[in-house]
Amino acid sequence: MKYSVSVRKFDAVIVGAGGAGLRAAIQLSESGYKAAVLTKVFPTRSHTVAAQGGVAASLGNSEEDHWHWHMYDTVKGSDWLGDQDAIEFMCKKANECVIELEHYGMPFDRTDSGRIYQRPFGGHMSNFGEKPVRRSCAAADRTGHAMLHAMYQRNVKANTQFFIEWMALDLIRDSEGEVLGVTAMDMETGEIVAFHAKATIFATGGGGRIYYSSTNAFINTGDGLGIAARAGIPLEDMEFWQFHPTGVAGAGVLITEGVRGEGGILLNAQGERFMERYAPNAKDLASRDVVSRAMTTEINEGRGCGPNKDFVLLDISHLDPATIMKRLPGIREIAIQFAGVDCIKEPIPVVPTAHYQMGGIPTNYSGQVVVPGRRSQNEIVPGFYAAGECACASVHGANRLGTNSLLDLLVFGKSAGESAVDQLKQSPKAHKEMPQGEIDRALTRIDRLNNQKDGASVHETQLEMRRTMQKHAGVFRFADLLTQGVDKILQVRENVQRTEIKDKSAVFNTARVEALELDNLIEVAVATMVSAEARKESRGARLWYKECNRLDYKSVKLTPLTVETIELKTRAY
Amino acid sequence: MTTRTLQFNIYRYDPDQDKKPWMQDIAVEVDSTDRKLLDALVKLKAKDDAIAFRRSCREGVCGSDAMNINGKNGLACLTDLSVFPAGKPIVLRPLPGLPVIRDLIVDMTQFFKQYHSITPYLINNEPPPERERLQSPEDREELDGLYECILCGCCSTACPSFWWNPDKFVGPAGLLAAYRFIADTRDQATSARLDNLEDPYRLFRCHTIMNCVDACPRGLNPTLAIGKIKAMLVQRAI
Ligand SMILES: Cc1cc2nc3c(=O)[nH]c(=O)nc-3n(C[C@H](O)[C@H](O)[C@H](O)COP(=O)(O)OP(=O)(O)OC[C@H]3O[C@@H](n4cnc5c(N)ncnc54)[C@H](O)[C@@H]3O)c2cc1C
Ligand code: SF4
Ligand code: SF4
Ligand code: FES
Repeated sequence: MKYSVSVRKFDAVIVGAGGAGLRAAIQLSESGYKAAVLTKVFPTRSHTVAAQGGVAASLGNSEEDHWHWHMYDTVKGSDWLGDQDAIEFMCKKANECVIELEHYGMPFDRTDSGRIYQRPFGGHMSNFGEKPVRRSCAAADRTGHAMLHAMYQRNVKANTQFFIEWMALDLIRDSEGEVLGVTAMDMETGEIVAFHAKATIFATGGGGRIYYSSTNAFINTGDGLGIAARAGIPLEDMEFWQFHPTGVAGAGVLITEGVRGEGGILLNAQGERFMERYAPNAKDLASRDVVSRAMTTEINEGRGCGPNKDFVLLDISHLDPATIMKRLPGIREIAIQFAGVDCIKEPIPVVPTAHYQMGGIPTNYSGQVVVPGRRSQNEIVPGFYAAGECACASVHGANRLGTNSLLDLLVFGKSAGESAVDQLKQSPKAHKEMPQGEIDRALTRIDRLNNQKDGASVHETQLEMRRTMQKHAGVFRFADLLTQGVDKILQVRENVQRTEIKDKSAVFNTARVEALELDNLIEVAVATMVSAEARKESRGARLWYKECNRLDYKSVKLTPLTVETIELKTRAY
Repeated sequence: MTTRTLQFNIYRYDPDQDKKPWMQDIAVEVDSTDRKLLDALVKLKAKDDAIAFRRSCREGVCGSDAMNINGKNGLACLTDLSVFPAGKPIVLRPLPGLPVIRDLIVDMTQFFKQYHSITPYLINNEPPPERERLQSPEDREELDGLYECILCGCCSTACPSFWWNPDKFVGPAGLLAAYRFIADTRDQATSARLDNLEDPYRLFRCHTIMNCVDACPRGLNPTLAIGKIKAMLVQRAI
């Protein structure tokens, strides 16, 4: 089959219109550059819309706070695996970025003095770990929604050019490794176009759909990671996945940590507030990996609730109903819709659920993609930037603190945008020449899919992948399970390479989209399993069961930008 | 695990293959873990991968999977399977009044054009302060019931006035968004916003039929917002 691929030229192409992509787009559009923003869904349908609890910034609107304390908490939360320079950069920039959002019109909740409302959140403490602090800036329990819409609106004002329901397929790189854009498919017509750009920014979000039980949306298929991996860019820290303590049992839908921030507590079958045993200081607001492990231990030791003893309870029925209606209205709806309980009266059944990908496409804190090269460990890939959940800056290390992800996408979305603008200012007028062979990478995949006979079902194959990941790379990691897991996931990959779809239509072919997404998911799954098997230590969100301790000082960058290094300690909350 | 079979009657149209739309009868087995219509649709798609529909968040916040379910607009991910009476097929059609791209997927261009026509962003021409613009909790409360819109289109495509004049009437979703900015104490463009709507079609095609309120899966009330804009225009005239 022959395809004619048309080429369209832009200064920059941004793949993704979630929080990170929209923030980067504002930077480019307001600097007068012509950027194309590609997205699989209408921008406000991106998964940032689902974020509930808030965005971290040490505004100090309700009590004293400081970016340095925020930095300390983030480093500690990351189990000292995060880059301290990147973390300092992010925590320092937080106030500016959140205030900008307010100026864009984001409807934050307010304190009595009219300032942005802040609530406590897991792992956020004052004075270097002393006691919980109100740092999470919130719009009820719909912070992501309020944020994403405000940023989309700002882009409407800035006249950003969107390509909606366009799916990026593969990267275009020349022989020197410079990135020259992407190939993409118009989902409505099936047309394939090469977007030729001087700067390419990836903001494609996470790949949480590799797990069977996940808080992530259907579209969170790790496309940016799959695309980067196929173009020879190694992924970083892929063994670190965050399991959120409170996904609705059975449904996977998230219940924000803000519920515990507002006073909610976790109970086991005996009605015991068990977090008091695991984290005497922070209790239910210890960091997520700590709470998820405690819950899993309770369940494994027979203290789970329900007929199968397979969940614990999240209780807020002791709170004033007015507080619930004002601060957590969306949670009440979710509890009614997906757990069948009214949380004003009854507790919600919850289990740890796959939630966030700490690893991703490696970048520095300017959003430039870096790879290990001949000259250094962090050689810049010219013309290529990444931000948000698909990128690894790395500020979350082995465990992300709640509300630091919305902050990450603001700070690094902006800095990736700024870096791209700087590059464009220095770039020659003309685009570099586009190598035809690179366009063929995407065409080969489409062609294979169109002509596959007697292949594997996309639906069955993705189920097999998700079950394998759930069983072999969950909250606790066991050496034997991981070794088997690597074999299994590599087998699943063979099936992915021969998936077949019945639907051959050119028009809005969602079967084709799902098959192409699976090509990306499997890259994420394989990277996760293989690196989880290879890292034989317990750190943050990935805990080797029993036998392993943390291997310190391994490839950990400990030099912040201006302050002193936060020294390694044993983590206790 | 207990399973049961659900019968569906689904609107199908693929312009690449079909001369005209047709209704497909198809059944699917669901179990007790399948709570919502979207769960059943995902299983249906595993049987017939050519059924096309949009979906993403599966929790009612992204606005992707709006469709016409047994004659009423709603989100598949928030529709309980238990509400469907046994023995009758579940009839699924695309949202009414918009061009169909394929199967349950409609072309929402016109809907978004109307949203964009109300200058959907905060306008405040004073140089922004160092810190946040202050807003009292009471003033902020004015935005409740307005800012939560997920742009799913259930309301506008249930509105007869929007069916007849999708190019001229802003429609309930757009008008709700217009009032969201009018009601925001930080926004300074109220009179320009009112000018933009003072028109026999853009605002005044709304005849308070209330279909929109009934259709909104987020429980929002566009009619109330429209009423407030109309009242402001009346106020301004005297
Ligand atoms: C339920 C839930 C609640 C959360 N709550 C919080 C919270 O309270 N605080 C917090 O800090 N974090 C929270 N998080 C995490 C945070 O929301 C996400 O990490 C963050 O929103 C990711 O943003 P993003 O911009 O990187 O990606 P996304 O918002 O996922 O956007 C990805 C974009 O990329 C596009 N895209 C993907 N692939 C392609 C492709 N191939 N071609 C074209 N476009 C593509 C998509 O269309 C989309 O526009 C939550 C996460 C979940 C799941
Ligand atoms: S109340 Fe107005 S906007 Fe709503 S359905 Fe009726 S005519 Fe349409
Ligand atoms: S007002 Fe309701 S029905 Fe209308 S678009 Fe918004 S959320 Fe959907
Ligand atoms: S899938 Fe997002 S609203 Fe239903």
